[in-house]
Amino acid sequence: MRSICFYFQVHQPYRLRNYRFFDIGEKHDYFDTFNNSFIMRRVADKNYIPMNALLLDLINEYGSAFKVSFSISGVALDQFAEYAPDVLDSFKRLADTGNVEFLAETYSHSLAALKSKEEFEKQVKIQSDKIKQYFGVEPTTFRNTELIYSDEIGAMVADMGYKTMLTEGAKHVLGWRSPNYAYTNAINPKLKLLLKNFQLSDDIAFRFSQQSWGEWPLTTEKFVDWLNNIDQKEEVVNLFMDYETFGEHQWAETGIFDFMKALPGRVFSHSNYTFNTPAEVSETLQPVGSIHVPYPISWADEERDLTAWLGNDLQDEAFDKLYMLEEKIKNCDDDQIKHDWLLLQTSDHFYYMCTKWFSDGDVHKYFNPYGTPYDAFINFMNVLSDFIIRVNATCGTNKEDMKDLKEMAEKLMDKVEDVAEKKIKSSTKRVKKTISQSKNIKIDDIKNMSNAAVKKLIKEVDINELTIALKEAGNEVKEKVIPNLNKKARKTYDELQQELGNIKKADLKKYQKAVEAKLKELFKK
Amino acid sequence: MRVLMFGWEFPPHITGGLGTACFGLTKGLSKHNVDVIFVVPKAYGDEDQQAVKLVNASDVPFDITDEEYKEFWSHIKYMEVGSNIIPYVDPQEYRRTYEENKKTGESFTSNVFSKHYEFSGNYGLNLMEEVSRYALIASGLAAKENFDVIHAHDWLTYPAGIAAKKTSGKPLIVHMHATEFDRSGENINQQVYEIEREGMMEADRVITVSNLTRNIVINKYGIDPDKVITVHNAVDHSMLQDVKNIKKPYKEKLVTFLGRITMQKGPEYFIEAAHKILQKDPDVRFVMAGSGDMLNRMIERVAHLRIADKFHFTGFLKGNDVNRVFSMSDVFVMPSVSEPFGIVPLEAMRSSVPVVISKQSGVAEVLVHALKIDFWDIDGMADAIYGLLHYQGISTMFRKLGKKEVEGLKWENAALKVKAVYESII
Repeated sequence: MRSICFYFQVHQPYRLRNYRFFDIGEKHDYFDTFNNSFIMRRVADKNYIPMNALLLDLINEYGSAFKVSFSISGVALDQFAEYAPDVLDSFKRLADTGNVEFLAETYSHSLAALKSKEEFEKQVKIQSDKIKQYFGVEPTTFRNTELIYSDEIGAMVADMGYKTMLTEGAKHVLGWRSPNYAYTNAINPKLKLLLKNFQLSDDIAFRFSQQSWGEWPLTTEKFVDWLNNIDQKEEVVNLFMDYETFGEHQWAETGIFDFMKALPGRVFSHSNYTFNTPAEVSETLQPVGSIHVPYPISWADEERDLTAWLGNDLQDEAFDKLYMLEEKIKNCDDDQIKHDWLLLQTSDHFYYMCTKWFSDGDVHKYFNPYGTPYDAFINFMNVLSDFIIRVNATCGTNKEDMKDLKEMAEKLMDKVEDVAEKKIKSSTKRVKKTISQSKNIKIDDIKNMSNAAVKKLIKEVDINELTIALKEAGNEVKEKVIPNLNKKARKTYDELQQELGNIKKADLKKYQKAVEAKLKELFKK
Repeated sequence: MRVLMFGWEFPPHITGGLGTACFGLTKGLSKHNVDVIFVVPKAYGDEDQQAVKLVNASDVPFDITDEEYKEFWSHIKYMEVGSNIIPYVDPQEYRRTYEENKKTGESFTSNVFSKHYEFSGNYGLNLMEEVSRYALIASGLAAKENFDVIHAHDWLTYPAGIAAKKTSGKPLIVHMHATEFDRSGENINQQVYEIEREGMMEADRVITVSNLTRNIVINKYGIDPDKVITVHNAVDHSMLQDVKNIKKPYKEKLVTFLGRITMQKGPEYFIEAAHKILQKDPDVRFVMAGSGDMLNRMIERVAHLRIADKFHFTGFLKGNDVNRVFSMSDVFVMPSVSEPFGIVPLEAMRSSVPVVISKQSGVAEVLVHALKIDFWDIDGMADAIYGLLHYQGISTMFRKLGKKEVEGLKWENAALKVKAVYESII
């Protein structure tokens, strides 16, 4: 048994209103409520409502043999709740069958994975909570905005506990390998990867109504033949596409609904495929190897890279200026600012600034509210300029606070300097005093010396000299010295006392000087 | 005295300085008892292209309870001629605009960032044909109306002026508000140049709006200096509404550029100066108000320099929004590469905004209370802006004296000089 794995992307951005230079600092409503509700209603009637009904019928008809998966961006979910609650109800009915898997992504369909792990994780958490709130299940499979993937992004996703991730089967990454197997992340092999079969996916999503295409018109017979032509060893065909394919990109008149209605029947009668969800496929398949993606890939355009959203000056300026606010918003508890922050990160804003107008131009123009990328840039920057003012005024430290802080710091520094200067002065004084004292050490100063110092002196000078030198010293000095003499020295001292009367004055002076010199040598520091 | 005057726009349908100047001048002339038959081309949609419509004072949406206006309209006869002449467009641009417009069927005024000129009708796509048709109508008018002198404003109306002169034998004055060299640098359109030259050769007198323009006329067109007279423009004070001083909703100072975003106006030098200032002082915002063929390149440059959070674009501004920008501004900059006169800095000064102007502008010849720099001198421009933002002494002085200086520049006085030119050739 082999698997067909359908995943449909549902997303509608909160488009910005025409926000003028004069609105900066004045008005903080950024979104085009009228246009957003109008577009939502239109897509709901042409696409979401009829296609959901069709899928529900197929599930009812084939039971557990027919399964699909969805990723519905949080901003789309919130707009359903606001503008088209009937769509939300029909998704809930699909969820109730148990045949539909809901995937996780970022709440606002953002490019946060390219910029900040912390912000990325935060947004994924918001989204997975939202899915649980609406559909009662916690997602275990992840798909990033526009299938953007790299080794590092995969590792982050694995760290969050997801077991499976979807991405593009980009030719320049796969080389000779087939997208029709399970692979693993190059950093963390626990994360399994399912890769889009872009050939067969785009046959439905892009080429279905293209009359210049050699295979037009596409029938279920033809499509199932192609599925059967795939090598029997290959295990899964991943058909990933925008849900807006059904009724919006491909109008009902092209027969797209009839094609989808007939496809499962044809698959069951003429092939050995079944329909499975990404989680089921990932559970059953043994990965055949890891794929190495050092630079991010996506499912967009011929290049399958990021150039639809980032890379030109307009996009990079807007993107970098927006994410410069991340730190401040982390410390912010203003709910409106936090919500606007998420909505401004929606990737569509950067998509509108894309200047590649070649083969993909038509897709880029789809639902683009702006005449030119320049208009898109100016409008976004006007909004962002106002948002920056609000963030600075409300969150974290603003410049005014910084100025106050700087002033306080300066005052403090001045005080510290004053105190230090005084301290230095007083200690210099003390040191000088000590030095000047130690310069003129007299015999008489011995009385103030410690016993240890006295012992040291005794050891260093001749005891006869000392005895003579002490002849005229006061009692205090003698009392200090005598207890510190050892027995032998004491004996010499006592014996000499009798002869002290015979000492000449000149000799007495000489010995006094000698002792004083020794004192200076020992204790002057 | 009665003047047959050819222009191409008149309030309230104004796209640039020329309409403002013509209106001010005719008003000034009316104060000196000069009557004017004012003829302008205008697209009427599907009407007969030969149509000449006499516009009554009551049809012009102005506050005509004002005595001054009543007096004015008693001296003027205003006519509109069916034609698709678009101001400020060269023949190639005209063709491109016309074709694009025909293809998309969209009105150009619908987009905030698009050019502002009304365009409706199904006439030929060759601008030169339109100019000739206008001339044909002019000669018809010249035969019918009574007047003493013919006065034609800028090249599009010169063939009309010449035709009127040939039909009536009356003297012709051509008024050079801008030359092809101002509009296109050295890559001039030869056809336009020829028309300008022929107009000046045929004319009895040439009026230039500054000595800068007078020198170009003499040196690059070879016109006899004796018949070229400079009459500096003035300011129409009644056109400017006094707006309440709007409080800026942010603390940063605001530096403004207002004008068409074309090579002639030097927008790229303003951006480079802004970049220099922002590196030193982040508490400044810059705004570039206007539209033009260089707008997208300027947006890219600002994005490339990573200053787009402090450098804003407004697209084309109309009426009251211009006053709003002035009332929010702390400094106005006109870095024109080549500006025959330049009336916008006067409007800024009248709103008490200190100005920095390039030495390559005619208005630099008459202003005292303004900082003057070479358009290419980015450092000098940055210094001048920074000085006016930070040194109260000079900005307070400019605010006070600049306003007075501008109030002294009256169209009445300029009109008297023009009248003297008329009298010299009648």
